[in-house]
Amino acid sequence: MLLASLILVPFLGSVLAALMPQDARNRESWLAIAVAVCGLLIALALFPKIAGGEVLREEFAWLPAQGLFFVLRIDGLAWVFTMLVLAIGLLVVLYARYYMSPEDPVPRFFSFLLAFMGSMLGVVLSGNLVQLVVFWELTSLTSFLLIGYWHHRADARRGARMAFTVTATGGLCLMAGVLVLGHIVGSYDLDTVLAAGDRIRGHDLYLTALVLIALGALTKSAQFPFHFWLPHAMAAPTPVSSYLHSATMVKAGVFLLVRLWPALAGTEEWTWIVGGAGVCTLLLGAFIAIFQHDLKGLLAYSTISHLGLITVLIGIGTPLAMVAAIFHILNHATFKASLFMAAGIIDHESGTRDLRVLRGLRHKLPVTATLAIVASAAMAGVPLLNGFLSKEMFFAETLHVGGDRNWWMSYAAVAMGMFSVAYSLRFISIFFGTPAQDLPRDPHEPPRWMRFPVELLVLACLVVGIAPGISIEPVLNIAVHAVLGSAAPDYDLALWHGLNLPLLMSVAALVGGVLLYVVLRRHFGLQQRERVPLIHRLNGAQAYETTMLQLTRAAEWLLRRVGTRRLQPQLLLIMAALLVIPLLLAGAPPAWTSIALQDFDPLFAGIWAIGAGCAVAGAWMAKYHRLAALALIGGTGIVTAATFLWLSAPDLALTQLMVETVTTVLILLGLRWLPPRLESIAAAPQPPYRVWLRRARDLTIATGGGLALAALTYAVLVHPASDTIADFFLLNALGGGGGSNVVNVLLVDFRSFDTLGEITVLSIVALTVYALLRRFRPAPESAGIPPQQRFEADPASRQSPAEQADSGYLQVAGIYLRLLLPFMGVIAVYFFMRGHNLPGGGFVAGLIFAVAILVQYMLAGTAWVESHVHLRPHRWLGVGLLLSCATGLGAWVFGHPFLTTHTAHVDWPLVGELHLPSAFVFDLGVFAVVVGTTMLMLVALAHQSLRAHRQPGEELAEGGVELADGRATRWN
Amino acid sequence: MELTLALAIGVVFGAGIWLVLRPRTFQLITGLLLMSYAVNLFIFAMGRLWVDKPPITPTPDIDPAQFADPLPQALVLTAIVIGFATTALYLVMMIGARGLSGSDHVDGEEPRE
Repeated sequence: MLLASLILVPFLGSVLAALMPQDARNRESWLAIAVAVCGLLIALALFPKIAGGEVLREEFAWLPAQGLFFVLRIDGLAWVFTMLVLAIGLLVVLYARYYMSPEDPVPRFFSFLLAFMGSMLGVVLSGNLVQLVVFWELTSLTSFLLIGYWHHRADARRGARMAFTVTATGGLCLMAGVLVLGHIVGSYDLDTVLAAGDRIRGHDLYLTALVLIALGALTKSAQFPFHFWLPHAMAAPTPVSSYLHSATMVKAGVFLLVRLWPALAGTEEWTWIVGGAGVCTLLLGAFIAIFQHDLKGLLAYSTISHLGLITVLIGIGTPLAMVAAIFHILNHATFKASLFMAAGIIDHESGTRDLRVLRGLRHKLPVTATLAIVASAAMAGVPLLNGFLSKEMFFAETLHVGGDRNWWMSYAAVAMGMFSVAYSLRFISIFFGTPAQDLPRDPHEPPRWMRFPVELLVLACLVVGIAPGISIEPVLNIAVHAVLGSAAPDYDLALWHGLNLPLLMSVAALVGGVLLYVVLRRHFGLQQRERVPLIHRLNGAQAYETTMLQLTRAAEWLLRRVGTRRLQPQLLLIMAALLVIPLLLAGAPPAWTSIALQDFDPLFAGIWAIGAGCAVAGAWMAKYHRLAALALIGGTGIVTAATFLWLSAPDLALTQLMVETVTTVLILLGLRWLPPRLESIAAAPQPPYRVWLRRARDLTIATGGGLALAALTYAVLVHPASDTIADFFLLNALGGGGGSNVVNVLLVDFRSFDTLGEITVLSIVALTVYALLRRFRPAPESAGIPPQQRFEADPASRQSPAEQADSGYLQVAGIYLRLLLPFMGVIAVYFFMRGHNLPGGGFVAGLIFAVAILVQYMLAGTAWVESHVHLRPHRWLGVGLLLSCATGLGAWVFGHPFLTTHTAHVDWPLVGELHLPSAFVFDLGVFAVVVGTTMLMLVALAHQSLRAHRQPGEELAEGGVELADGRATRWN
Repeated sequence: MELTLALAIGVVFGAGIWLVLRPRTFQLITGLLLMSYAVNLFIFAMGRLWVDKPPITPTPDIDPAQFADPLPQALVLTAIVIGFATTALYLVMMIGARGLSGSDHVDGEEPRE
């Protein structure tokens, strides 16, 4: 659990941080500090074991059936990275406490930062590659949120989007690469993969895996040609930059390369892909950095360049190069984090980050200036500082590349060294010269504790630079041995190795860099130059924007071609496909065996003559008379229900009958919003030829479809049924399910999971309908009161619906229908109670109950009903779903699978023995959901008529409607 | 019986297709209603036709061959209820589209011919 808590504590802290109030700056920082300290203590407690070369693992079952385990694994490399993430994290949260202004919503900031810390630790500690990718993408996501923290700023949004697109796409490549790797090795376990290096390198898919994984790592570490996102990510608050872009996020890429070095490295391809990208990045980044005018922009490009340096070392891939790479990762994290923080202090204090404006700051910020100058000297590789040591190791390694003749790598290294001296000089130039007078703010030294992290980091630079042997070497050793194992070389971190070639290169770089800076400044107007010379056309961000634009265009093109804004052709296509595709797929029919058919019944044929006649007439009338068409189609529905009853399906018949009723009412409510028939079409004397052609085509498809389904049905019906699972249900319904109505037992017991899904769908549809109707705007001409209700001679037009039912022309109906309400309620209860053994059940009972209420609505109007009963359909939905779910979950309490039913036999006085299956409670949930759904949809639709009267310019109707409006606001 | 039902399903389905291909939203919704009747009957008929043999078992030890197939019945029952919900959804879309576009044409605008 110790390793798991390393990851869990930051995530828990993230949740806690999110829950704090907006202005809790101090509490937030204390929380974050506590999280980081807690992590550091855990990591330190592990040190003795790690130093002994142990690899600690913790496993949790994830998808054991697929051989996937959630594995946490810590070895020397992971330990060093964990310390780095936590230590820099601690300093950053301390710094952020002073950096963030009181107006910033700090809970969001600290919550994201801690979540990022957790994801980063997840990447570092993953012992399973798939799990590593998950945390990898989590770091992309959290860094997106952090970069876009000031989301009111367009550049922050753009930068965040760019960073996320690039790194998350890379993450997808990494995912693919990991899957390939898993395929080669047969396992995703890191230890297994690392041990299978020879097999991986010898496999046909090696190159595929390498390219994909390299894409993931290079995008994350901002390597050429994906480097462009990093400068744009500088729109983030400075603590974020100093955390993500010095020590963590961008280091994840190089971490992965180091991590997989034993498995993937040692081939030509590795050197060319990783090393090649690194060389381009290191030169480009360093060169562009010289010409930046933004402090953070300069640091961003310098970061790119230093990451390039690390990548080159990994690409070279010799054991000594790996030592240098890991060493430089640590060194760069120290000096770059402090530089970012210093830049943040300067920005914070002077109000600008523009190198063209900032001058002479050492007078106002003496301490910060000293710290920044030392840190940038480390960045430039000045002796006595940590940057010098790893850079010299880098120079030494480049000498080995390409044998004795080929010196290009060494030239590139020296050039990069010169550039980095030049941009470091550019950076520290802000501290010298006459103090600038036109700064937005008069700079002062920052608060004591804001500067403290910088001081600590700069001290680390110095200590490592002067006494590497006793400060960093033990730590470095642990990481190196974890990666290289027995291949770990002997090396000596010392300041002085004698007069050798690397030292000469260092001196050349230093002198050359100073000269370069002076020349650029004196003769090329470095201070005011707008563009980077020579390579300003090489604009990655522009390429990215162009790509995104092209993608959008391509999507639009595809939508135009494949999708259609017109539904009619699509429907035609679907219908035609419905007809043709089964014909193509169907094989020869099975052998014709005669079975005993049911006798021809003239009565059955008679009702279907009516049913089919209704269907055809309805199809005809749908154009001319909507109400008549609805009635006719209802006729077909009734005949369908009768057929169910006839053919031994009483449950279906009941359900169909109730659904029929409710559907008809529903559509009747909707009819009011449809337009009158278009006079232009109705008045046309003779439809044109095209119309006839279209109708003939549709008629052919319709006839074809009808005939095909009829033939298919007949063919099935005259064949004997094959063995189905029906027998099982019939035999076990009473014994196993405790009910004799097999259909109901099927619904609430055997297949109750299905039913649970169904009632969920019902609830979703009901809520969707409700939500859609909230935004509903009727067409202007159907918004007013319909003409039938405005007929002056009719006394009913001056009455509210309630008055009509109380004393108007609906008085007789009113008395009877109100009397009916309790009876219908009892009938609903009756059908519900008997459902398990006889036709009935939750669906039917729910529909009956809903109809009982509906009748009251239809009689006396919305206002009257809602002033008498509070229905709250949403609660019915919620309670129903909860009941059904709780019944299912209840089975877990007794150690059974989800939704297992249990039948209790209870002896009741007077009534006798009662069977009470838990499915009964489940069915009660179904009942509540059906009632809620039906009521919610119908009542929401009914309320539209009330809202429509409130159209502007429309005179308000009488008191009844106004009352109704008052009620309606609760609904809207 | 079998032939009657097969023909009936065919007629209802055909009428449904015809309506679905019509241009007005109301025609479409009625077409879908008719098609759902036909399809429900079709699925139901997959359990073959049984007269007076509802799947209600009085005692645990019975001969399953003497009862109608309960499985298609249960499936159709859920289909009927879901069909009701989708009809409601379609109806709301229909009147909403009419309110937004001012037309009850399926395509959201009157044809330009």
